[in-house]
Amino acid sequence: MIQARIRKHFPQGRESAGFSLDVEFEAGPGVTVLFGASGAGKTLTLDSIAGFVKPDEGRILLDDVILFDAVSGVNLPPRDRRCGYVFQNYALFPHMTLRENLTFAAGGWPRAERRRKVNEVLERFRLAGFAGRMPHELSGGQKQRGSIARALVGGGASHSGGIRILLLDEPAQGLDAPLREEFYAVLRQVKAEFGIPALLVTHSLEECCALADYMHVVSAGRLARSGTPREVIEDPSSVDVARLLGLYNLIPGEVRALDPGRNRSRLKLGEFEVDARYLPGRLIGDRVTVYVRPAELRASPKDGRPGPNQAALVLRQVVDLASGVRLEFEGGIAVEMSRANYSLGSSAREWIVEFPASTLRVL
Amino acid sequence: MPIDWFPLWLSLRVAVLATAAAVVFGLWLAWLLANREFRGKEWLDAVIALPLVLPPTVLGYYLLVLLGRASPLGKLYETVVGQPLVFTWQAAVVAALFHSLPLLVKSARAALESVDPVYQRAARTLGASEWRVFLRVTLPLTQRQVLAAAALAFARSLGDFGVTLMIAGNIPGRTQTISVAIYDAVMADNAAAARAMVLVVSAVALATLALANRLSGAAMR
Repeated sequence: MIQARIRKHFPQGRESAGFSLDVEFEAGPGVTVLFGASGAGKTLTLDSIAGFVKPDEGRILLDDVILFDAVSGVNLPPRDRRCGYVFQNYALFPHMTLRENLTFAAGGWPRAERRRKVNEVLERFRLAGFAGRMPHELSGGQKQRGSIARALVGGGASHSGGIRILLLDEPAQGLDAPLREEFYAVLRQVKAEFGIPALLVTHSLEECCALADYMHVVSAGRLARSGTPREVIEDPSSVDVARLLGLYNLIPGEVRALDPGRNRSRLKLGEFEVDARYLPGRLIGDRVTVYVRPAELRASPKDGRPGPNQAALVLRQVVDLASGVRLEFEGGIAVEMSRANYSLGSSAREWIVEFPASTLRVL
Repeated sequence: MPIDWFPLWLSLRVAVLATAAAVVFGLWLAWLLANREFRGKEWLDAVIALPLVLPPTVLGYYLLVLLGRASPLGKLYETVVGQPLVFTWQAAVVAALFHSLPLLVKSARAALESVDPVYQRAARTLGASEWRVFLRVTLPLTQRQVLAAAALAFARSLGDFGVTLMIAGNIPGRTQTISVAIYDAVMADNAAAARAMVLVVSAVALATLALANRLSGAAMR
């Protein structure tokens, strides 16, 4: 388990804006994801834990070992931190075979154990047949498994017991879909067979949902939201996080009426008004942001006047998705539906969009 | 009159030893400049480059003062080895070393800095000491550029004239290197000997440079 409080400030340079990182979090067993846009400070956090970057302030604790403590001046070098690091492009040493890469990593173990450990991980990751190849002779998936295997046999240097955490920096970026799936499977295998906690940096929500037991949303150097992926997606709790997740229609609105007795409220969204659940802590006239997932809205070609919680909207464009289509309407409102449902009214210009009261969430 | 080839063999021996010393010493300096931040780093860098711009007589004068029989270093050498350093062929090695070191440090530093730091980081997280990172990762990845730099240093060691003359002197059969011998031959109007030695030196230098280019060219691909 890792407990980290990291502060690092970069002053504004001539060509770079200033940046400050200020995060405090824990990563327990299983896979913890640091999720955020590029430049948010995710990799900087990972590099501080690995020891490549020295924070200005804070303290990093891995199990019972202090890796860094600004107050007492402790700053272990990377080689003594027992963190396995999987780099974005794997960083297998290009002048060594796969087996040599792993043997180099296992250098801290006693000689007899070294061979056994290397052979064991080669077997486990289905790499035994490729051990004699150079990195450039390996496929993408083999390189990826090789780099994880290499990280797992390290950490024998000044202690026994191997690595205590696996740090992964955008390991699935730029991979095509089948390789990504393979990577997810490998990481689940690591979790099941090695029991080593993993801290993974990514900006892909798909990856986050596929792997994370727990996630921290990093935005502009701060932690914006923490929780299980389900908790975060169901309640992003701020416009910023909702925008980062990229899952929502974010519609500016105004509170028009509040009725706690019937658990109802009335919101004005642009040109139309809809009913929603009661909003505790809001006043009439408050400006709010309504967020709703495109798949939860319903749309049908216009035939008559809109009913309650419906609005007549003009279709701007249709985007094909893997799972169906997304209709993009005026006012930045998007609706996702199956291709079959869409083809029923594909020629219509004006549509009736329904906003079910239970799907509207307010930030 | 037969040509005395002793100066060529002496020059080759001096250049080989000077290159070996320059590679060890120069790689250490290059590593220091490429990896460490310390006070006075720019000054160290400038001092290393000084032999490139100083007149050889000035460099030779400094070495005479530093290593002469009256200097502490010169006395130390004399007690350990049993003979003075200046005006021996070993002094010619020192001259060639200082003459070629700047070139080697510059190209070795560029080579070390060209290695993607991700490999060094990877090696460190895998528990490797700085020494092991250098020997097993950085050096093998820059092998060809370092060899090219050594070839350049060899060619330059072969060509030193001024510094050698200042601290090793011009003692035929003992400290007379080929560049000094060519000067003597020209002064003595021995045109045949001068021509032959000039052609040999040119050929060796050309071959060495071609080798260096091939090594660094291959490293680019």
